[in-house]
Amino acid sequence: MEKDDIMLDQLANKEYEFGFVTAIDMDISETGLNEDTVRFISAKKNEPQWMLDWRMKGYQAFLQQEMPEWQNFKMPEMDFQAISYYAAPKQQAKYASLDEVDPELLRTFEKLGIPMSEQKQLAGVAVDVVFDSVSVTTTYKKHLNELGIIFCSISEAVREHPELVQKYLGSVVPHTDNVFASLNTAVFSDGSFVYIPKGVRCPMELSTYFRINAENTGQFERTLIIADEDSYVSYLEGCTAPMRDENQLHAAVVELIAMKGAEIKYSTVQNWYPGDKEGKGGIFNFVTKRGACRGAHSKISWTQVETGSAITWKYPSILLQGDYSAGEFYSVAVTNHMQIADTGTKMHHIGAHTKSRIISKGISAGKGQNSYRGLVQMGPRAAYSRNFTQCDSLLIGDLCGAHTFPYIESKNNTATIEHEATTSKIGEDQVFYLNQRGIDSEQAIALIVNGYAKDVLNQLPMEFAVEAQKLLSLTLEGSVG
Amino acid sequence: MMLSIKNLHANIEGKEILKGINLEVNAGEVHAIMGPNGSGKSSLASVLAGRENYEVTEGEVWLDGKNLLDMKPEERAREGVFLAFQYPVEIPGVSNINFLKTALSEIRTHRNLPQLSAKEFLKMTREKQELVEFEAKLANRSLNQGFSGGEKKRNEVFQLAMLEPKLSILDETDSGLDIDALRIVSSGINKLRSTENAFVLITHYQRLLEYIVPDFVHVLYNGQIVKSGNKDLALELEEKGYDWLKEEFHGNAALNGQ
Ligand SMILES: Nc1ncnc2c1ncn2[C@@H]1O[C@H](COP(=O)(O)OP(=O)(O)OP(=O)(O)O)[C@@H](O)[C@H]1O
Ligand SMILES: [Mg+2]
Repeated sequence: MEKDDIMLDQLANKEYEFGFVTAIDMDISETGLNEDTVRFISAKKNEPQWMLDWRMKGYQAFLQQEMPEWQNFKMPEMDFQAISYYAAPKQQAKYASLDEVDPELLRTFEKLGIPMSEQKQLAGVAVDVVFDSVSVTTTYKKHLNELGIIFCSISEAVREHPELVQKYLGSVVPHTDNVFASLNTAVFSDGSFVYIPKGVRCPMELSTYFRINAENTGQFERTLIIADEDSYVSYLEGCTAPMRDENQLHAAVVELIAMKGAEIKYSTVQNWYPGDKEGKGGIFNFVTKRGACRGAHSKISWTQVETGSAITWKYPSILLQGDYSAGEFYSVAVTNHMQIADTGTKMHHIGAHTKSRIISKGISAGKGQNSYRGLVQMGPRAAYSRNFTQCDSLLIGDLCGAHTFPYIESKNNTATIEHEATTSKIGEDQVFYLNQRGIDSEQAIALIVNGYAKDVLNQLPMEFAVEAQKLLSLTLEGSVG
Repeated sequence: MMLSIKNLHANIEGKEILKGINLEVNAGEVHAIMGPNGSGKSSLASVLAGRENYEVTEGEVWLDGKNLLDMKPEERAREGVFLAFQYPVEIPGVSNINFLKTALSEIRTHRNLPQLSAKEFLKMTREKQELVEFEAKLANRSLNQGFSGGEKKRNEVFQLAMLEPKLSILDETDSGLDIDALRIVSSGINKLRSTENAFVLITHYQRLLEYIVPDFVHVLYNGQIVKSGNKDLALELEEKGYDWLKEEFHGNAALNGQ
């Protein structure tokens, strides 16, 4: 009940709510990409030689990669030489208290509604805010430290925990995986690192807010989460970005590793600037997310609410290696105006008795194009493994499109794969019914859409669910006449 | 006068369905509208509620001195027009109770009433559920999703009770209700009647009108009200059917050279 209230309250805003640029001094590298750029970034971050070597391998792989062609949209021209690959706020020191932080930055966070305040901390959320490229503040670190949990920026992890980083970085998404992953390897700016020791249940949701701020700066986050045996962690990632006219490339890589009996829950609410109604501007979001259920009885679940970006290209996938391991993918993807989303998942069943569950809810409005692309693969050893896929599309209006591309490969005849798909349109009579009870059409659509997406929204932690509902409503504004 | 309909004509997909309806309803009154299938009863209800696929080509509708035809559907609802649908739609995933809370909040805002606290809202919900004997577990389910025909009708009446409209139009709310439910729902509606509100009951059956006694009964045929009377007219129709009225109507039409 509360969730709906908050969502409905916030429906009033018309323009993209988070459209503003903050005037903070930035330390920006020259545009362009070559070996020197990679060296510059590595040097700026005082990285050890092994890290620079790995970046260089990524750069070499990047040079040899082709742009992918299989997605259901025309790949936009991308000039990788026109991008600046490093931006960091000039004040690089870590702060003991918020009083020391640039007040302009704090005001930005306020406008974004980033709850870095006391209330949020009291609510039990440690927020590691990545403002452009450098972590500005980390809360709750001490408490987590006591449990042996490591939650810090990747840069810090490279310095403080090199053995863990060297062992796991690139072990799920290799530097050769795809052109965007290679690029990320070469120039990744920062991101989060999480390690949960054996048998530890992380007592709070770990949360990182990313946003893009500097003009013309690509954003290349790198996230690595390791859940050691029988541990548990829930991680939240949320994004907003300021309005601007040029397209901005975002190419993040996220790697998750779950050991025997461990569970990782990874939730994303993505609300980057989608471009204006004509499709001008907006973020290109080309993300590689993959998790490995390495040990028996391990579990990984991806939940994503994708409302922003001009283009979303994203297939969080899971390698089900351990016997009896389980993978889940819950997704809501919304496209309005000229937005394009090509998103889905890949479930690789490798071990025996592995299970996967895919719930995908696409929503298309305006001239938005929404594609679900999914692969379910049963390997020769995947005896008695099971998959269930539910793939729904909702259309608002006549100009949008919904497409589904489910791929199935089975090399084990004891494995079962179930697939259900529906396509529906928001009915005029549904909207009229709500109108007749005093609810205007915009709110009516919001209610219907949130009802439709409920199975996925329910997977999110409470405060994220509220934000997600609000974003769904905001994204669909103006989609009814 | 609460509702005044003057010479109302309306088309759907270019076809004229309402052909000059005149009707006046005062606060405190109950009007029954009867008539053969396809005569335009639901169409009249839809036009009053503001359904967009109907095009009003002529005539006026006034609600307490305000021009109803100028208002959007949600504005009419907030002004106090409630339509209990003949075929209520299902809205998956939207909880009945959240939906009602949203609706009530819109309506109260429009009427300059303070918002109810969560506690007050729940109290009101409980009272109204009792009034129309609506099962609490249905209130918590998704809006009409998987409801039986009768449950959907009872949900319409529950919503009516919650939203406290001025003018309630019930489109065949009695069809689909079992014998007990008909009695319960009718007594609920009787309890909701006041000198401030009015009811228009669209029905095929005299039985409903034994429970909710109407002040007037109108027969709609071929897009017009061809006969009006008191509650005895319903009895006469029960007995004789509509043929005599149709003949009368076509006779008159022939005389008038139509
Ligand atoms: N969308 C539509 N397109 C064409 N004709 C329509 C449409 N909707 C309704 N009609 C026609 O309008 C006429 C009146 O229909 P309406 O539903 O108002 O009748 P009714 O009196 O409520 O009938 P019933 O007693 O069966 O409920 C019917 O002939 C019907 O077929
Ligand atoms: Mg009807």
